[in-house]
Amino acid sequence: MPVKEARRNQGRSRIVRAALLLAGLTCLLAPHGWAAQASDASDTCLACHGEKDLTTKHGNKTVSLFVDGKHFAKSVHAALSCTGCHSDLEGKDIPHPTPAKVNCSTCHIEEQGHYEKSAHGKASAHGNQRAPACVSCHGNHDIVPVKDAHSAVSRRNAASLCTTCHNQGQAALKNAKLSPHDVSKNYPDTIHGEGLAKRGLTLGPTCISCHKAHDVMSPGDAHSSTGRARIMSACGQCHSHLEVVHQKVIRAEVWKNKSTIPACLDCHQPHPARQEAYGDERADTKCLSCHNNPDLKSRDGHSMFVNVVDLGSSRHAKLTCNDCHSDIMPSHAQGGKTVAGKVDCASCHADPGQRYQHSIHGQLLARGDANAPSCADCHGTHHVMGKQQPESPTFASNVPDLCARCHREGEKAAMRYHGAEHQIIGRYSESIHGKGLLKSGLTVTATCTSCHTPHSELPASDPASTVNPKNVPSTCGTCHHGIEEKFSHSVHSASVTQTDKRLPVCSDCHTAHSIQRADQDRFKLEIMNTCGQCHSEVAATYFDTYHGKVSRLGYTTIAKCYDCHGSHEIRKVRDPQSTLSSANRVATCQKCHAGANANFAGYLAHATHHDRKKYPLVFWSFWAMTGLLVGVFVFGGIHTFMWLPRSWRLRQELKAEEMAEKIKDAARTPEAPDSSSPREEP
Amino acid sequence: MPMSTVEPKVQQQPVEITAVPEQKPQELHYVRFTVLNRTLHVTMMLSFIVLALTGLSLKFSYAAWSVKLSHLFGGFQTAGIMHRLAASVMFLTFGAHLWDIMRIKRHERWSWRDLLFGPNSMMFTLQDVREFFATIKWFVGAGPRPRYGRWTYWEKFDYFAVFWGMFAIGFTGLMLWFPIFFTRLLPGSLLNVATIVHSDEALLAVGFIFTIHFFNTHLRPEKFPMDTTVFSGQMSLTELKRDKPREYEQLVASGELKQHLAEPQPAVVIKAYKVFGWIVLTIGLTVVILIAYAMLFAHV
Repeated sequence: MPVKEARRNQGRSRIVRAALLLAGLTCLLAPHGWAAQASDASDTCLACHGEKDLTTKHGNKTVSLFVDGKHFAKSVHAALSCTGCHSDLEGKDIPHPTPAKVNCSTCHIEEQGHYEKSAHGKASAHGNQRAPACVSCHGNHDIVPVKDAHSAVSRRNAASLCTTCHNQGQAALKNAKLSPHDVSKNYPDTIHGEGLAKRGLTLGPTCISCHKAHDVMSPGDAHSSTGRARIMSACGQCHSHLEVVHQKVIRAEVWKNKSTIPACLDCHQPHPARQEAYGDERADTKCLSCHNNPDLKSRDGHSMFVNVVDLGSSRHAKLTCNDCHSDIMPSHAQGGKTVAGKVDCASCHADPGQRYQHSIHGQLLARGDANAPSCADCHGTHHVMGKQQPESPTFASNVPDLCARCHREGEKAAMRYHGAEHQIIGRYSESIHGKGLLKSGLTVTATCTSCHTPHSELPASDPASTVNPKNVPSTCGTCHHGIEEKFSHSVHSASVTQTDKRLPVCSDCHTAHSIQRADQDRFKLEIMNTCGQCHSEVAATYFDTYHGKVSRLGYTTIAKCYDCHGSHEIRKVRDPQSTLSSANRVATCQKCHAGANANFAGYLAHATHHDRKKYPLVFWSFWAMTGLLVGVFVFGGIHTFMWLPRSWRLRQELKAEEMAEKIKDAARTPEAPDSSSPREEP
Repeated sequence: MPMSTVEPKVQQQPVEITAVPEQKPQELHYVRFTVLNRTLHVTMMLSFIVLALTGLSLKFSYAAWSVKLSHLFGGFQTAGIMHRLAASVMFLTFGAHLWDIMRIKRHERWSWRDLLFGPNSMMFTLQDVREFFATIKWFVGAGPRPRYGRWTYWEKFDYFAVFWGMFAIGFTGLMLWFPIFFTRLLPGSLLNVATIVHSDEALLAVGFIFTIHFFNTHLRPEKFPMDTTVFSGQMSLTELKRDKPREYEQLVASGELKQHLAEPQPAVVIKAYKVFGWIVLTIGLTVVILIAYAMLFAHV
């Protein structure tokens, strides 16, 4: 029994061993097999794409379709076949269709996640054509491992890769209005750049050491690795024991309170960073020693005075001068001398900056238009305040005045405008929003920026504009949510009615800037004409009825369009949910006519005697009455005119008789002056 | 059915011709209308004017004058109340007239036949047809002026225009006044028909009264500027002889003339009638101009 068992065990272990061996061999050989397979497939592709003169046309551009097989074989993706990335070409016959863009995130999910949050990813999502994608940095068919010295993104090459865009004068950078100072020029001079470029120290930090590779963000972004909040840990990657190192220059008690610790960049400029020690003065103190002089003027005569009180009470009170004027060199005797460009707010406020670039304001600035407002024109400079501060020009109740600086009739923006909206500031002030804001002091009321947005304002004709007809319902719906919801079910909503004609949106009935309370007479009376602009025939027939006639006399306590049809939730009469459907019609009449029944609701509220087919009864009644009228007047008129000459002659005769009578009387008078004989009646 | 205004007995004090004072020689006047007739004419005039102005302001709501008029009345609700009040007055006037006719019928012990086809009935007769053609002949100079009786055909036409109007405008007016009540039985679209009939028939009435009726009685040259008979109830015998020769002859023949004579009313009273009459005439003619303006120029 034990022998048998042992033998059986032996047999079992032999099977297991064989299975393991087989599995091991499979594991070892399989990748080679796949690779062989992959390279076979690639060879098929390279049969054509290996030709240097293989090209195609993209519009007018000739694009090379050459893939260097040697480079590809050395690349990290060599193990994958062409269709591993160009998966949409799998199984396609030659000539195959134009492949879609390769989606790296199929494999590199994590990197893609970082990229989407990054400044590059956001710019790309905003539709910026110049925003870098994966291939912009990594290349395509020749991607080598990052550690490879030939990799474009290697420590050695990263700086020159980044500066292809982040380089003063580069079109991409200019348009994106990124850092005003020249990174490409400054970085090699920094202590970091010097190490890498001049001393061959590949351990020194390059762009991506501080800014990160895939999740590069503007320093203003709360999650940015170079932001005020995180810069210390970025620098701390290499510079440990910062407290110890800085105890000489930063007094010990400062370190005790976390909020008072200066950020690295308050003293050390990021790109022109030098090894100099700056003493215990922060840049501000030094700058203000000159700039607190009210008489300080630039060569071209504009004041360079910085009001310390203003600055201290501003939103940027905690920032140093060089946080904004980033090209200041605090180490120079006169640090400001190096200031070359204007402050770039977008280096911190990346999102508003991005939006501004796409707005009409930003577009004008990019075109070099003298009228274009920049950040400072609205937000101010050293005295910049948050929109929650009542003194701020961007505080809700100050916004109309702020925009009015350019958009008031006669001002520069109003002069350029050729559309239909005029007197906008005046009209807004008299509108329900304007009155709410300016008279009732309701800061939650809609101001200019509520509808036009603060940074993305675009002309209404632009499909991306919040005031484009297509977007108006959702813009108004940000406050009037309930109405937007009702409207979305109405016959006027694009989601219900598919038509080539333009459907009305909020502003077509309520106007854009002169919005009145809907319960006031002026609105109630104007709305009929408003509806009539599209529904002209129906409006005309309405005015033929009692409701319409009284309305036209200027009274509002009588049924108007919306009393029967509803306002925001207007539906087709056929729709069972319509206020005028056969089920609801009587109840609608009963709103005013208590006791109305189905017969009563049969009243033709739009009857017209012009439509014989639709309203035969009304048509024939009208013409019967008209016939009667015309008949009577023609008959009476003719009778009268024929009478006239006869009657005239009769009058003459009567006058002649009267005259004869008088003469007779006169002849009788001298004989009997006082006697008045009663005339005998026959 | 209709018939009117044969005085049951003389209303004004019968005057003995011989009793006329020597100093004041007065030509006695023929009394054509009773006090009730005259009163009803005045109440009808006043209610008609109010109905016309309040109604037209709605009918021609597209004209600027309508808006002003409507506000002058204190808004469409007030105008509506005035319109209904005036309509009630007119209904009462109409009722009073019917009551008057029935009273005369009873008093005179007339049969219905007497009432409808008696010598002074308002009903159209063959005589009216003959007089109409004779009148046309006279107009074109092909014959003498017809010898009209108590009621001429155009007077009968005016009378029946009111009668017809009372039903056409009155009934449709009630429909529009009480739509809920009427639509218990009638379809709602009849309210549309009622609106058309009411307003067009009213336009006819207003247009007819303020042009043709005005001309026939007041503005034709021989009567111009005004015939006060309808206010004073009196006309001179000369006038009676000239305008209603057949009636005069009948009265003389039956010897009833004396019963229908009365002393003329004082000049100042006649003047007051004229002033009142002209105020109404002016309003009427103005309304005609406004209607013409609205129909010709203001239509949208």
